[in-house]
Amino acid sequence: MTLRLALLCLVLALASLAIGPVDLVAIHARDPELARTLFLELRLPRTGLALAIGAGLGGAGAATQALLRNPLASPDVLGPSTGAALGAVLAGYFLGAGVIGMALGGVGGALAALALLLALAGSGAGSPQLILAGVAVATLLGVAINLALSLAPSPFALYDLMTWLMGSLADRTLPQLLLAAPLIGLGLVLLIRSAPALDALALGEEVAQSLGIATASLNRRTIMAVALATGAGVAVAGSIGFIGLVVPHLVRPLTGHRPGAAILPAALAGAALLTAADIAVRLLPVDLKLGVLTALIGAPFFLWLILRGR
Amino acid sequence: MMLPDTLEAITIARPPMLAPLSLSLQPGTLTGVIGPNGAGKTTLLKALAGLSQGPGRVLLDGQPLVPHPRRLAWLPASREAIWPMTAATLVALGLGPAAAPDPAAVLAALNACDAAGLADRPVNQLSTGERARVLLARALVARPAWLLLDEPIANLDPGHRLDVMALLAAEAARGAGVVLALHDLDLAARCERLLLMDGGQLVADGPPDAVLTPDLLACVFGVARGHHGWQRT
Repeated sequence: MTLRLALLCLVLALASLAIGPVDLVAIHARDPELARTLFLELRLPRTGLALAIGAGLGGAGAATQALLRNPLASPDVLGPSTGAALGAVLAGYFLGAGVIGMALGGVGGALAALALLLALAGSGAGSPQLILAGVAVATLLGVAINLALSLAPSPFALYDLMTWLMGSLADRTLPQLLLAAPLIGLGLVLLIRSAPALDALALGEEVAQSLGIATASLNRRTIMAVALATGAGVAVAGSIGFIGLVVPHLVRPLTGHRPGAAILPAALAGAALLTAADIAVRLLPVDLKLGVLTALIGAPFFLWLILRGR
Repeated sequence: MMLPDTLEAITIARPPMLAPLSLSLQPGTLTGVIGPNGAGKTTLLKALAGLSQGPGRVLLDGQPLVPHPRRLAWLPASREAIWPMTAATLVALGLGPAAAPDPAAVLAALNACDAAGLADRPVNQLSTGERARVLLARALVARPAWLLLDEPIANLDPGHRLDVMALLAAEAARGAGVVLALHDLDLAARCERLLLMDGGQLVADGPPDAVLTPDLLACVFGVARGHHGWQRT
């Protein structure tokens, strides 16, 4: 199944590289240098970022659900994505940081949001406390973003911020890909290494401890890795919602509902889904932002989850 | 793995509920922990399983307890299952995160708990009693040297209660140290050793006929055995 998902990613990546407002093959015949520049500066970063960010969001979503033992948990419901957006906004527009500073700000923001969540809910908190704490954290950080928007240095900065927050992969650059992909990759590697321990956590924290798992350090490692896997992506592409919530539900049945084992397939499926969504955004006749499209697909799915759980 | 000789729990001023106590348990023994609600049965079991945070210490063979699936299994009283995985998948998790898959051990554990027929059913669709048997199989699957079980027979029907007590006696006979909390005083009499807890204190420790005396039962539980079964005193 992992292999099939990887193949799907490959096919979608090739499609994404081929799709655009101009025909690269035709341009290549006339001006190879221009085609090369277009490919390296526009097509490749866009496709690479869709794969990396989708993988980060999918994997981090599966890991968050496994860690919190809650199928409705995800980086965007519980605040880390909002924290990453706030961190990137603060770093980019108010501290004047460049691409690197924004990515680090995103990771820091995601980390801070998760730390705040765990401090509020307490370790070993049940679903209601966690969801309540997550809603509180996400609301607080959302308000902080609004505050940052209202203090924007100029109307142009405000417009930039608003557009960026909607989530998009248009006009991203190769340095952004080269910065975000390793951070996301590192986060995913850490999460996949914790997968067996996160599986055992399905039996409850005490039983996991009795099986020899140091749950406190597992918590810390997973939170760090989730922050890496989501933060850098949000800092580059803005808010892309619902991938982290929806994708784990699509793949978990394929892993026998083992929550940790679902991390790798969720990363691959997240990469495929975001790449497909980014292709759709470019093919649609209207100028729809990527984050808006994923929310339009994800929100009804979330509602269906709630209805099914009744 | 060598079976350890003793599971020694030396507990000093254990917060939040237990009075200072020191306890030594031997393998190959079926030990029951009884007491009214809130007496500290779970707290004692958790302390023995090394799951309490506090000044007390748990020694296994004179060494600090290092958790391992083959060493000690802890079964909490909770019967909740969050993920809709099958019973066989859940039981396999009891082998531990580093273990190789062992379908034969999983099937054997499910069989021992009369749950082989539930192997392919999602655990969240099982009844509470069926799930209790699957969760017990999870605790047994790695054949641990020590079994610390919080109310394993709660939620079970009378037939399965007897089955599980016989199963635990067999585990003790193969050399495992089995400690279980239970409320059924008739089945408690089948244990070789009983620990009677009340108000966070160990008030009696010995074979069933020394612990299940009319005086102690009236004093601790407020019950007495009458002509028509148990009655309030």
